[in-house]
Amino acid sequence: MNVTVKHFVIAVITLLFSTNVFAAAPIKIGGLFAVTGPAAFLGEPERNSAKMVVDEINKAGGVKGHKLELIIYDTSGDATKAVQLATKLIKDDKVVAIIGPSTTGETMAVIPVAEKEQVPLISCSAGSKISDPVKKWIFKTAQNDSLAVGRIFEYLQKAKQTNVSILTVSDGFGASGREQLKSQASKYGITIVSDDTYGPKDTDMTAQLTKIRGSHPQAIICWGTNPGPAVIAKNVRQLGIKSPLFMSHGVSSKKFIELAGDAAEGIKLPSGKVVVADMLPGTDKQKKSLMSFVKDYQKHYKAEGDHFGGHAWDAVMLIKSAVENGADSAASIRDQLEKTKGFAGIGGSFTYSALDHAGLGKDAFVLVEIKNKDWAIVK
Amino acid sequence: MKKDLLLFSAFALLVAAAPQLFKGGYLMNVLVFVGINTMLAVALNLLLGYAGQISLGHAGFFGLGAYLSGIMTTTYSIDPWLAMPIAAIVVGIIACLIGFPVLKLKGHYLAMATLGLGIIIFIVFNETVDLTGGPSGLSGIPNLKIAGVTFDSDVKNYYLIWFFTLAVMLFSLNLANSRVGRALRAVHDSEIAAQVLGVNARILKVQVFTLSAIISSIAGSLYAHTMTFISPASFGFNFSIELLTMVVIGGLGSIFGSFLGAALLTLLPEFLRAVNDYDIIIYGALLMVMVMFMPGGLVRGIPALYRKIFGQRKGTGNA
Amino acid sequence: MEFNQILQYTLSGLSTGAIYALIGIGFSIIYNATGIINFAQGEFVMLGGLLTLSSLQLLKLPLWAAIPVSVAISTVVGVIFERLAIRPLRQPTPINLVIITIGGSILIRGLAMLVWGKDTHAIPPFSGDTPIAIGGATILPQHLWILAITLVIIVFNKFYFYHTISGKAMRACAYNRRAAGLVGIDVKRMVLFSFIISAAMGAVAGIIVAPLTMTAYDVGVMLGLKGFCAAIIGGMSSGISTVIGGLLLGVLESLGAGLISSGYKDAISFIILLLILFIRPQGLFGKADSERV
Repeated sequence: MNVTVKHFVIAVITLLFSTNVFAAAPIKIGGLFAVTGPAAFLGEPERNSAKMVVDEINKAGGVKGHKLELIIYDTSGDATKAVQLATKLIKDDKVVAIIGPSTTGETMAVIPVAEKEQVPLISCSAGSKISDPVKKWIFKTAQNDSLAVGRIFEYLQKAKQTNVSILTVSDGFGASGREQLKSQASKYGITIVSDDTYGPKDTDMTAQLTKIRGSHPQAIICWGTNPGPAVIAKNVRQLGIKSPLFMSHGVSSKKFIELAGDAAEGIKLPSGKVVVADMLPGTDKQKKSLMSFVKDYQKHYKAEGDHFGGHAWDAVMLIKSAVENGADSAASIRDQLEKTKGFAGIGGSFTYSALDHAGLGKDAFVLVEIKNKDWAIVK
Repeated sequence: MKKDLLLFSAFALLVAAAPQLFKGGYLMNVLVFVGINTMLAVALNLLLGYAGQISLGHAGFFGLGAYLSGIMTTTYSIDPWLAMPIAAIVVGIIACLIGFPVLKLKGHYLAMATLGLGIIIFIVFNETVDLTGGPSGLSGIPNLKIAGVTFDSDVKNYYLIWFFTLAVMLFSLNLANSRVGRALRAVHDSEIAAQVLGVNARILKVQVFTLSAIISSIAGSLYAHTMTFISPASFGFNFSIELLTMVVIGGLGSIFGSFLGAALLTLLPEFLRAVNDYDIIIYGALLMVMVMFMPGGLVRGIPALYRKIFGQRKGTGNA
Repeated sequence: MEFNQILQYTLSGLSTGAIYALIGIGFSIIYNATGIINFAQGEFVMLGGLLTLSSLQLLKLPLWAAIPVSVAISTVVGVIFERLAIRPLRQPTPINLVIITIGGSILIRGLAMLVWGKDTHAIPPFSGDTPIAIGGATILPQHLWILAITLVIIVFNKFYFYHTISGKAMRACAYNRRAAGLVGIDVKRMVLFSFIISAAMGAVAGIIVAPLTMTAYDVGVMLGLKGFCAAIIGGMSSGISTVIGGLLLGVLESLGAGLISSGYKDAISFIILLLILFIRPQGLFGKADSERV
């Protein structure tokens, strides 16, 4: 008798639980990526990666019975559009979290919307000011520029190459890098002997480099995204400049090596670990995530995954683990995100707290050198 | 004139009722931008449609208004309602000074000069990092406030923006039907003939240019205060072209046409979103098709199309 | 050292300027024959580069064959554009023409984005990339190609416009289209011709710069704008004036970037452009009523 009651109760509970599983509403996540326009090199891999990982999660049965539903809009890198679309995601599509936007400018524009509507936003852009000061609803997965700058400066300090010329692109990415380069220099005992910029569509930088050559730097740091830095690498070679050339993480993709050709040899840059995933020691915490990301991306898109796509991958996975921990609304996802500890993703090992919504340490970047058209880790 | 006023009143009523029809939501946000773009298109139309002077640099004046308001209210904590007229006056003075040499030029030279101006302004936004925040933009611009009401939601902004938009439209309608409007059209058709009739074409052109810049500046200030964030990318060459397209697609020399053009170009991406990456192609094709088959713009093309269809139906009925 | 720097600035400027000149001439030819500022001119530059890329990689053609193939295809695009967009235009007012060519350029760019994707692509240089030292400055073999091909095109233009019937007819159109029509010149055909020549020249410009600047679906915008500047400085001539305009623009940009400020270098060239327009709207070298072709 007792036993049958027990069985009955268990059966009912299981039934309840399982219907619950079947009836669980999908978790709606919004994605804002600059799939077209000047920032398409960020937006496209981000969109691809986000789609890919959501598909994989759903194929594996979703998260605690919830399917994930990803609604993606293209902002074409335009701040006005980003704001409109963020509003659309929140008001019409009723998403519980937003991933993106791709650029710092768009993110800054969207922040007031997310804060006001109280929806967590995980930005895929690098600007430090996104999470500094910390904003309640805003997180980010892209590594801060300051970390990348720190990596280069640390190396230069050790190599005693302290007279540095900088050449940055005049868009959001370059401006943010330039700011960090200038503000952190003194901390590492570095003197900036010349400070130049170039336009994102410029096709010849020999003028700037001639000037740089005249100021006799011990190293040149260029901050930009394809194709500008490839032109610069070629121009440096043409002018016969011997000072070592450093680039930003903005070009840590095979595309840069392909564009710059032989001129890429010997260039050093800070990079997310994804490009050197297979060279990492087995003890590296991120290795498992990195290898599966690279493998999946290759399978889905027949292309190499880069760390830009990784930002979106990380964002989806962070939301997934928040949902695993019982969150299903905007507010509970936010609270769970803030509790993230030691999540080993693509961009690094994330630990968020009430005081830190960027969540990464210096180990997020490795310094790599281009050797024989491939990456090599600089020890 | 009577017809215009009647049409305007009906339009204003529709604008006032729209939030009730759409029940808030995302569309309200889009309609806020339709309002801002209508203001800009009307401003450009005064110059292009009435005075016949092209400008490929109007995004520059729009940006100047936005940045002046943004900088004054953030860095110098000036009240937004004070900053807006100051910005408009400064932009007006700049436009007036530039207007004299620029408007001496004609045709494609004028197009090139205004294009160059727009690009120079854009570069200044990018390069004066200490003032404008450079390419990463200027954030933390305050919302506008009236008597304790902060304009921080889409519906509130909708009323705020459309109040200004309707005012600009009414003003422009009156202007177009006034002596000045007739003088402008005379300059449009033949500058020499207008001169002969005693119109000082040169002064008149500069006046319209200045007025157009001032309206654009006000639109810029409003944009800055509703977005609370601005960056140079919103004020580049492409946006100047988009404005030009709004005016032409809507119909040159028609204030309501400017609204139609602005509405179409602002809403179009919403419909094209379904086709994803193909939207740029459709956009380009639409531009070409419009110019080829509706050269008078929507405001003249739609009635013509209506008549055509209506007429045909009648024809088949008889047969 | 100082002299070496100036020399380098000048050489760099000349080689960029030659490109602006080529694109500028393309603008001028169409403008003179039709009165149209073809905002899609920059897209032919883009097509030249990307078509060469495909000919090399997909069709596995050698470079000498890839170039004429891509010029030919770009020219066909030019013809289609003229036939479908320009000729049927019912009200060819200047403003409608501006809009329709802008529409055309967006359309062509969009199609190119679909075909070639959004990535930037590199094309191998024609003859290696070993720098050549001139004085204290260096240039690449590709720069010599650019200068030489620009020169050839100018000579070819001169010959075409002054020594062939169709070239003379096109000049007649530039002077007075109605009068040209009255004396039996097929003006529509001349318009088509002008599009063919400009498309081909744009494509050539795109091909010879691609090894230096690389190419992508959106390279046409900025290059087109600069070419337009060159044409204005040269007073919309399709000869030597525009070439000088382009070279001047290139050198000023390069000197501006090196000596004044790299951030403001584009502003400097546009300010100079404005000054020229204010002071000498007929172009730097034009007489008030100069010949246009």
